[in-house]
Amino acid sequence: MMMDYWQRVYRRSRRQYQRLSWRTLHLDPWLLLALLTIVAGGLIVLYSAGGESTHLVEAQALRFAAAFLIMLLIAQFSPRTMQRFAWFFYVVVILMLVAVDVIGTHAMGAQRWLTIPGVIRFQPSELMKLAMPMTIAAYLSRRVLPPGWLDLLVCLLLMGFPVALIANQPDLGTSMLVTASAVFVILLAGLSWRFVAVCAGFGIAAMPLLWFNMHQYQRQRVLTFLNPESDPLGTGWNIIQSKTAIGSGGIHGKGWMQGTQSQLEFLPERHTDFIVAVLAEEFGLIGMAVLMSCYLLLIWRGLYMATQAHDTFGRLLGGSLILTFFVYVFVNVGMVSGVLPVVGVPLPLISYGGTASVTLMAGFGMLMAVFTHHKTTPR
Amino acid sequence: MRPRRATLKDSEQQARIFRHRSIVAAFFVLIMFSGLIGRMVWLQVVQHDIFITRSDKNRMRVEPLPPNRGLIFDRNHDVVAENRPTYNLTLVREQAGDVSQTIARLIDILDLPPEEHDVLAQRSRERLRSYEPALLLSDLNEGQIARIAVNRYRLPGVEVEAQLIRYYPDGEWMSHVLGYVGRISQEDQQRIDTSNYAGTHFIGKTGIERFYEDELHGQAGVRRVETNARGRALREIDRTPPQPGKNLTLTLDSKLQKLGHELLKGKRGAIVAIEPASGAILAMVSEPGFDNNKFVTGIDTKSYAALRDDVDMPLYNRASRGQYPPASTVKPYMASAGLEYGLIQPSDTVYDPGYYQLPNDSRRYRNWLRWGHGRVDMKRAITVSNDTYFFSLAHRMGIDRLSEFMHKYGFGEDHSLDVWGAGSGLMPSRDWKRGRYNQAWYPGETLSVGIGQGYWLATPLQMATAVAVLANDGKWVRPHLAMQVGDEKIAPPFENTPDDVELDNPRWWDLIHQAMENVMSGSEGSGRASGRNLQYRMAGKSGTAQVFTLGQKEKYNAAELEERLHDHALFTAYAPVDDPKIALAVIIENGGGGSKVAAPIAREMLDAWILPSMKSSEEAQRHAQQNESAAQQIVTGD
Repeated sequence: MMMDYWQRVYRRSRRQYQRLSWRTLHLDPWLLLALLTIVAGGLIVLYSAGGESTHLVEAQALRFAAAFLIMLLIAQFSPRTMQRFAWFFYVVVILMLVAVDVIGTHAMGAQRWLTIPGVIRFQPSELMKLAMPMTIAAYLSRRVLPPGWLDLLVCLLLMGFPVALIANQPDLGTSMLVTASAVFVILLAGLSWRFVAVCAGFGIAAMPLLWFNMHQYQRQRVLTFLNPESDPLGTGWNIIQSKTAIGSGGIHGKGWMQGTQSQLEFLPERHTDFIVAVLAEEFGLIGMAVLMSCYLLLIWRGLYMATQAHDTFGRLLGGSLILTFFVYVFVNVGMVSGVLPVVGVPLPLISYGGTASVTLMAGFGMLMAVFTHHKTTPR
Repeated sequence: MRPRRATLKDSEQQARIFRHRSIVAAFFVLIMFSGLIGRMVWLQVVQHDIFITRSDKNRMRVEPLPPNRGLIFDRNHDVVAENRPTYNLTLVREQAGDVSQTIARLIDILDLPPEEHDVLAQRSRERLRSYEPALLLSDLNEGQIARIAVNRYRLPGVEVEAQLIRYYPDGEWMSHVLGYVGRISQEDQQRIDTSNYAGTHFIGKTGIERFYEDELHGQAGVRRVETNARGRALREIDRTPPQPGKNLTLTLDSKLQKLGHELLKGKRGAIVAIEPASGAILAMVSEPGFDNNKFVTGIDTKSYAALRDDVDMPLYNRASRGQYPPASTVKPYMASAGLEYGLIQPSDTVYDPGYYQLPNDSRRYRNWLRWGHGRVDMKRAITVSNDTYFFSLAHRMGIDRLSEFMHKYGFGEDHSLDVWGAGSGLMPSRDWKRGRYNQAWYPGETLSVGIGQGYWLATPLQMATAVAVLANDGKWVRPHLAMQVGDEKIAPPFENTPDDVELDNPRWWDLIHQAMENVMSGSEGSGRASGRNLQYRMAGKSGTAQVFTLGQKEKYNAAELEERLHDHALFTAYAPVDDPKIALAVIIENGGGGSKVAAPIAREMLDAWILPSMKSSEEAQRHAQQNESAAQQIVTGD
């Protein structure tokens, strides 16, 4: 009798153990490993970039702990719920963006923040990074694919309004990322390459129009990018100093916390947008190769997860989110190393900062949801 | 909207499209990342050298380390120019946080008077580079330093900064000969190696400080410091220490110098004393003097104007630059010239009726004693300072030979070794007059020059040098002020020393010495009043230079004008006659008769120099004698 009882307890706990698998948690271990590796490495670089400040590292670790919880939470929603929720979410974020335009908080020459006094202060444009791919994916997944002219037109309208609002704040970096997330959904949906070529042609033709609609500081950034030496102490300073930091790092780097460019404060924004220059200076080309490999594996795993999604909405959403993540990395590293103009895009998972990391992790939560939910979702 | 058609086939086709697009995306990502890595290779491998240089240039700053200026001592090793530490209060605004609060605390701590409050606030707002300290107060006293030290924790960014500045303990009586240092001006920039002066604020402007500037200054060092982007030095990487300037020991005796200053007090004049054997200048006094310390940190314009416009010209170094007719002090040199040229024999006499007349000229050139000295030979002519004898000699010699021979005594040229800005005087000649006035030389002018007047001008330094040469029996040593520079002794022979004055018969020197000794000790000697109770053998020669031009002084009031028309009193002397230890020249502007006014001063200077050394040598002699007699006693005792 007693033996039976204990056997029963043993079997039950074993079953429960089996039930508590990665899939029941709706997590992907490989993606999680890559994320944790990059975040941990990022904290090490941040400690050096922030002038050996444990305070900065603690704040960042706490923020990521919270972001991981949010990721875990969002991963529990089934893609179908997200699809249903997409339109409502989209409308709410649009309303928030309009509210920012009317009653938003100014900071650093832009109006980006919405403040509920004493509770929270956030950028609605960050939420659009999630709402946009969700909405476009939700729309296209109900259409016959590949999308036609009409679908494309609807998508451009859905994309154009919020992007215009964000660009008007002004926030070039975010509006660009939001655009990218929408474009990736459309491309992944199978938009014919002919359409892509025509649109690219229009895009190039529209460049001068863009130029005349840019703010003075944005134009200055583009000009500085084209010739940083023209104003070495003004706007060109950042690029010259970050290139110097990267270049002086060499193959092996100057060593952790030994980077003269970053430790002696020549490098601007060294714990936020330009943190990769600190890494390149202190860990050299080897450090950069390791970082880029981690990102590459993360993106590849993400793409694979998207292909394994059960439905079109999940695939499109997952694919768009991971490719937008790629744009993040590429634009940031590109601008710090001087191949792209300076736009305010942080290095994902590493740069010190608020809302961006939360939305990123929420995005990874969605990616995990679309990957893990298809077997358990009833047809 | 079309009806939903989620057929299995559609779904599979869509999945296939997506998979295809994903593969394209994966390649795209790979290519783009490869591009970024390529960029990194370009920056970190190919262009690494350029950027490592740039980053080093960013962080390293080369800072000059100024050397400490060498000290100046007199011959007794008393300091006459030293470096005084001063303490300045500075504020680095970037570190201060709330600047106005810090200033308010400072005012409270130092208990500053209200009128300084605004000055302090203004200085704290001065436009500076970031992290450059603003100078709030200079020359803090010890009480202030202590109070700031105690309250330091309440004064972020406030520093007490030490700086060495020049200090001249003797002030007025050394000011002319030492000169002074001052802030480096644009003019000074022309004559210095600016890299060596990068951290130096002061440079020698006049006098010894100017002449020995290179030696006193030393060699600047450098240090490389690591700075942050705001230019703040964080740590020192390496340094080449500065080499301090060399210390300078002067030939001057500050006690003798001070005595000269006291003897001339209230007068305008100069004294130059030289050790004949070595050419060492023992004293070089010019009165009135000024406090050269005022010039170190920069004199205010009002005080400077007061000094500059003073009718007594305290800034003027009379000893080395003042030009006066040497008057009768030249008579011994004239006599030596007459002997050498064979124009006179020592025993030859001239009858002096009280005046001299050129042949075929009715004009009478008067002796100073209106009724004349009667028959005078060479020695008597010097002793009583007879003019007629020397008019006659000068006329026979002619200006050409006269001028040539007097050049041998250094007149008309500056032969000093290291006296900055020494004047060259004026030894007139036929050529000079033609060049200057485009006029022929008149014989009557030779007569004036023959008694040291007319166009003839000499500096007190030249007069002292000439009498030292005479005391040396014609042997030349260039007068100089430095005895030792660092480890290097400054001693004759010097380069460019003029040829010695040579007489055919060396005994003639003795005759001249005797004549000059008679000036002091003879019954007729012009300086006999100052020659009473001499404890050593002194030779001298008085001179009284007429001031006959009003010149630019005409604007002064009557009383002053009268005073300034008085004769200049001169006296040259040396002693002891058999072994000269000191030769000197004294000049008192508008002092009157040389024997009456200048001679007593010369006597006091000589006493002060010779008596102490005599006393000690006498004592030594006495000791020696005692020892000797004691030894003899022992010998006889045996």
